[in-house]
Amino acid sequence: MAATELLSDEGYRADGRRPAELRKVRARMGVFTQADGSAYIEQGNTKALAVVYGPHEIRGPRSKALPDRALVNCRYSMATFSTGERRRRPHGDRQAGELALLLRQTFEAAILTQLYPRSQIDIYVQILQADGGNYCAGVNAATLAVMDAGIPMRDYVCASSAGLAEDTPLADLSSPEEAAGGPQLVLALLPAAGHIALLQLSARLHQERLEAALEAAGAACHALHAVLDRVVRERLREVTALLGD
Amino acid sequence: MAAVSMRLPVARKAVGPSAPRGGEKHLVAPGDTITTDTGYMRGHGTYVEEEKLIASVAGAVERVNKLVCVRALKTRYNGEVGDIVVGRITEVQQKRWKVETNSRLDSVLLLSSMNLPGGELRRRSAEDELAMRDYLQEGDLISAEVQSVFSDGAVSLHTRSLKYGKLGQGVLVQVSPSLVKRQKTHFHDLPCGASVILGNNGFIWIYPTPEQKDEEAGGFTTNLEPVPLSDREVISRLRNCIVALVTQNLMLFDTSILYCYEASLSHQIKDILKPEVMEEIVLETRQRLLDLEG
Repeated sequence: MAATELLSDEGYRADGRRPAELRKVRARMGVFTQADGSAYIEQGNTKALAVVYGPHEIRGPRSKALPDRALVNCRYSMATFSTGERRRRPHGDRQAGELALLLRQTFEAAILTQLYPRSQIDIYVQILQADGGNYCAGVNAATLAVMDAGIPMRDYVCASSAGLAEDTPLADLSSPEEAAGGPQLVLALLPAAGHIALLQLSARLHQERLEAALEAAGAACHALHAVLDRVVRERLREVTALLGD
Repeated sequence: MAAVSMRLPVARKAVGPSAPRGGEKHLVAPGDTITTDTGYMRGHGTYVEEEKLIASVAGAVERVNKLVCVRALKTRYNGEVGDIVVGRITEVQQKRWKVETNSRLDSVLLLSSMNLPGGELRRRSAEDELAMRDYLQEGDLISAEVQSVFSDGAVSLHTRSLKYGKLGQGVLVQVSPSLVKRQKTHFHDLPCGASVILGNNGFIWIYPTPEQKDEEAGGFTTNLEPVPLSDREVISRLRNCIVALVTQNLMLFDTSILYCYEASLSHQIKDILKPEVMEEIVLETRQRLLDLEG
């Protein structure tokens, strides 16, 4: 059913991309002055904003403090106007809670939390426009925001999704492709070492096809890493030139 | 009829030297291998994996003999003994105050490490402990010096000098700690009629220059006399100048603030925050600072 529609006879996807092609990525670091770190990313029509506060003293119950490492506190939210149908989510929904938990797992794997015992690092992600790969855009934005805050990380965390049309793996799914109902794989990767921070599969997938999907997602993460790295270096050069000696 | 000027936000344009001075710096991002040579020592902003020295923050590599560090562009404040900080009391505990100083953990100010009214050598009694909230309460701003740094990075403060103590009327500006230049003194009475405390932690306090210097109370009585309009204007101008310098990433110290203040005098105070005016006065400041260096 859906699989035939995902890929045209000429081998192009509905939005004109090739199977392994990513959507256009635009990113900016340091978009807010108030926060310790912040970043904005656009992946196609998916737009995400991430803000990082910390490391700072634990706010709220003192008992949450960890004696040997920092607590990573994440929040994921979607703007009222982010989806086609306007919906208010005052306290976040179940899905947002789950994604916040995944975000936390992802970043606990990447941030060197043991350097900041008894403190707390807040990562707040908001999706401004949802067009598929929301979680991935959130992770990518949060990576840049954490870096902007000067918090030590093992490596970048790059996330991308992948799906399958028949046997062809598709990278970086857009919203219609996600809605088509095929299997979707979300991968968060530490690209330099190739460590997997998060791997999520949303539907049953035959073992033989997993390899191909994983490879496509991995390649997409590496491509994203190159883009994000360019953004970071651009910013580094800009600011160090301003600071002078 | 009031004239209203409306503006739309645009991407900031940074003004500055087109080419970095002092040669190209070694810039790294997290995950970059700095060296595979095992003869180096691991400093801040790096970690070792599989005998490789890898960067953990985005910034410039600094080498001191065998020690390799990466300095991030912007971090929270890392306390060092002797630093002057400005902080806000967040909590009053038994025998100590907790102070928010933009550090990774709240700093502590012990009752025993501050001057109480009535002489330096006074014994601290149980009454003093009960009256702690009369000296400093939640929300008060203080200036202090870093006495020691604990192993987890938390900072212990002291105010054992008449220079330090509770802050009265003035304006607080929060900037990145990396933009405050380390100097011999961080208390400046500027010739334009106001004083600033440039906290090493990036908290900057601008206040009217006090008339009498020798305060007896050890800095616990705050002068609540209304500040004259002329002083308030100078303070707001200084505040806007500091904001302008910070948005253009210029280091803050007495000379740069003063030059910026002088450059801004041809504009109205509120206009300093307009991007084009900001650009103009910061450019002029930068030029004068370069001329000063020669």
